[in-house]
Amino acid sequence: MNYIQFFEMRPEVCLLGIYLIIFMYDLIATGSSRRVFHPLVCILTAALVVLTLGDRSHFTLFGGMYESNAIIVFMKSLLSFGALLVIMQSHKWISNSDSYHKQGEFYVLLLSTLVGMFFMISARHFLLLFIGIELASLPLACLVAFDKYRHNSAEAGVKYILSSMFASAIMLYGISFLYGTTGTLYFEDMAARMTGLPIQIFALVMFFAGMGFKISLVPFHFWTADSYQGAPTSVTAYLSVISKGAAVFTLFTVLTRVFAPMTEHWNLIICLTVVASITAANLMAIKQQDLKRFMAFSSISQAGYLMLAVIGGKATGMTSLVYYLIVYMVANMAVFAIIESVEWQIGAPAKRANFNGFYKSNPKLTFIMTLALFSLAGIPPFAGFFSKFFVFMNAFSAGAWIVVFIALLNTVISLYYYLLIVKAMYMKESAQPLERIKSDPYTRISLTICTVGIVLLGVCSFIYSGIDSIAFGL
Amino acid sequence: MNILVLFVIIPLLMLPALWGCRNINQTRAVMATGSVLLLALSVYLTIDFIAQRNAGETAAMLYTASVTWFAPLNICFSVGVDGISVAMLLLSSIIVFTGTFASWRIKPMTKEFFLWYTLLSLGVYGFFISTDLFTMFMFYETALIPMYLLIGVWGSGRKEYSAMKLTLMLMGGSAFLLMGILGIYFGSGATTMNINEIAAMDNIPANLQYIFFPMTFIGFGVLGALFPFHTWSPDGHACAPTSVSMLHAGVLMKLGGYGCFRVAIYLLPQAADELSWIFIILTTISVVYGALSAISQTDLKYINAYSSVSHCGLVLFAILMLNKTACTGAILQMLSHGLMTALFFALIGMIYGRTHTRDIRQLRGLMKIMPFLAVGYVIAGLANLGLPGFSGFIAEMTVFAGAFGIDDPFHRTVTIIACTSIVITAVYILRVVGRILYGEPENEEHKKLSDATWDERFTVICLIVCIAALGIAPMWVSNLINDGVGNILGNLLASH
Repeated sequence: MNYIQFFEMRPEVCLLGIYLIIFMYDLIATGSSRRVFHPLVCILTAALVVLTLGDRSHFTLFGGMYESNAIIVFMKSLLSFGALLVIMQSHKWISNSDSYHKQGEFYVLLLSTLVGMFFMISARHFLLLFIGIELASLPLACLVAFDKYRHNSAEAGVKYILSSMFASAIMLYGISFLYGTTGTLYFEDMAARMTGLPIQIFALVMFFAGMGFKISLVPFHFWTADSYQGAPTSVTAYLSVISKGAAVFTLFTVLTRVFAPMTEHWNLIICLTVVASITAANLMAIKQQDLKRFMAFSSISQAGYLMLAVIGGKATGMTSLVYYLIVYMVANMAVFAIIESVEWQIGAPAKRANFNGFYKSNPKLTFIMTLALFSLAGIPPFAGFFSKFFVFMNAFSAGAWIVVFIALLNTVISLYYYLLIVKAMYMKESAQPLERIKSDPYTRISLTICTVGIVLLGVCSFIYSGIDSIAFGL
Repeated sequence: MNILVLFVIIPLLMLPALWGCRNINQTRAVMATGSVLLLALSVYLTIDFIAQRNAGETAAMLYTASVTWFAPLNICFSVGVDGISVAMLLLSSIIVFTGTFASWRIKPMTKEFFLWYTLLSLGVYGFFISTDLFTMFMFYETALIPMYLLIGVWGSGRKEYSAMKLTLMLMGGSAFLLMGILGIYFGSGATTMNINEIAAMDNIPANLQYIFFPMTFIGFGVLGALFPFHTWSPDGHACAPTSVSMLHAGVLMKLGGYGCFRVAIYLLPQAADELSWIFIILTTISVVYGALSAISQTDLKYINAYSSVSHCGLVLFAILMLNKTACTGAILQMLSHGLMTALFFALIGMIYGRTHTRDIRQLRGLMKIMPFLAVGYVIAGLANLGLPGFSGFIAEMTVFAGAFGIDDPFHRTVTIIACTSIVITAVYILRVVGRILYGEPENEEHKKLSDATWDERFTVICLIVCIAALGIAPMWVSNLINDGVGNILGNLLASH
């Protein structure tokens, strides 16, 4: 075996290097040198984003188990960028007295899930795919339960790990059928031997269910609300954007690479789950008072919109998928950063009522929150409008008219609940308005990045065109 | 550089300028400069457009330009105007200009108010200059969402309810509209979203047209107060602050009529011809029902809002007649109603600012207290009920003449039914004018009130001059829009 090929996996090797540095630093550093721990991690993660960016070579390793190409590398740097935003926003939480001593663990766990996601999206073999998925899930359970002194957090962790294991088991069951009928675990060979037997369709459904759990599509979403609500806010942000994004991308790859002969079957499954996810989540989001729980339902419905990009499995679909992810990432991270700031200010979980009269005391944060919510709702001229339009175009061109129509009607419902927060911030009066929130510099930088992204990602079309030039599909 | 792009660039530059303003005077300075520039620009555009037409320029659209935006999806930022868009741009800039002065003293958060107001006007201008379906839709939605905050924060009465209702209903409409746009794009199999190029191809299959024409028409029709989707309009108008009511009833509702004409009729002519009867029935209901509802209202703004439903219904009614006379009338009606209703809302806002009530039962003898505003109100009322010499007369005359000209029982019948709205309009206008303006003032508090200030007089006079100009010299405008109407109906008439 040629061990040199390990070094060809540049993003993973860089990430492992960073991972080891952090691990060692955590062991060695004491006293005042721990104060530079957080900036160090931020710089290293930023370096990871830069190091992974720009590699456009296409190659496979380990006899075709591992593939890398321009869009995969782009996804990896996108995920690292998301992780960087999460780490930046976690500063206040991770440096408080309860979690300060566990700082190193947080970074290490977070980055190890990132390694898992890197393998997930590069995998061309079900074994590697499964290892990636598990590597991305197990440390996440620890992260969800990170505030173990809080009852909610521990409970959320248990819920997450149990449902995650259940989903993995179902997925493995599906994979075993595939192996049984085709005799291989390599994507390419499997696609060639796929005959469309009923048992393979059954396997497709099983596999889809497993991934549906990670993406939290209805009806595999039951863990979402509780886990999102209980987890530390930074971890919720990570769950809702990065973990979800990697899973959707992986699903896209597997559906187009392995299940290509069964396109009409998985198109149907996606259409059904999209309609269910968007509608059910929207209806449930309306009633939520707790903002994190609210964002959990919002993220289920956003996942539905994201899946519209998978319908048809064409290259334009992948482009709109990745583009949607970027836009969703900046908007959602901005919302979570503000929720976290408010939580620290009031020292309790943020309710919608806490935002009453927010404009009077915090005009700038309100402004950013408004932009982010408008972007999530798909209002022009913000980036969310463009990303929504493009996924609709993709689904429409694949012939899923009715799904697009239902999704469009649902944007009205989603606009309603996003506007409820806008209404609270601008129009409601509060007996005890929040005081002016002084954000730490890390949060400020990340909010600035997010705001610039929300305003410019849509208007600057070169980003979309750039993704389009490297995307692949059926 | 293309002159049309300035209509987007000026508001875009005003946004950061407003954001940077430190006090109310700076805000006003930015707004006054911006709106004057836009007004000057649209006047120049109109003169130059007419000059080019007189010089024998016959292209369907002038000042066309196109920049590729999202190349993989064939989305371009294309601009271009014909006579109709020029007229609408002129209308918009007049209303934005007068609206700025009508909200000269708005409080609190003056800066934020004008920030959203400018974003709204950006959407309106962008919509009228666009010739690309995507950009058109983008500007359309850009114009809708600032309404939520403008009404919700600065409005009066049940403002939060009305703002939410308005926003959700209009967004629901745009869901239909987006389906229609996607249907047009994919149905035509075009490699462009440019309206003129899709129209030139004219190859959308009939069965798709039957699906997507109603979607597109309803999508725009919601904004044009099409029955039964008009219910956002009275609440929204009644609760909005003065200048927002002016802009909304005056311009924003015209986006609906303009969109129906430019997109639904132009690009889906076959279905428009076959299915127009359904919508003719609905718009006839709008026209009569709106007018009848106005009679029973006691709030000045509600009266005018229902009157807007009736008049905007007439715009859609005329468009659906699909002949040149009626469609010319529709555009004239858009202009005329835009100016009249803006004047109405401005005056109501000024009266309400003094008396703090809009209930006609509590107002009496305003002619003695505030003669200038009262005279303005009489003029607006007379224009609204279609007195010759004002714009309303010529617009309604053209519409009904065009509609009655279609020689079949169905069209004749609905035209006669719609005509009754003229009489009903006279009832509710004269009743209000008689009730609140004449007689002796009953409320002692009201006797102490003052007449209009300089900025208010300026607003009112500007609008009255425009209404009179349109009424006295309508040929000037109908010549301007003639080529546009002919071009849009071209595909349809060719198939007969």
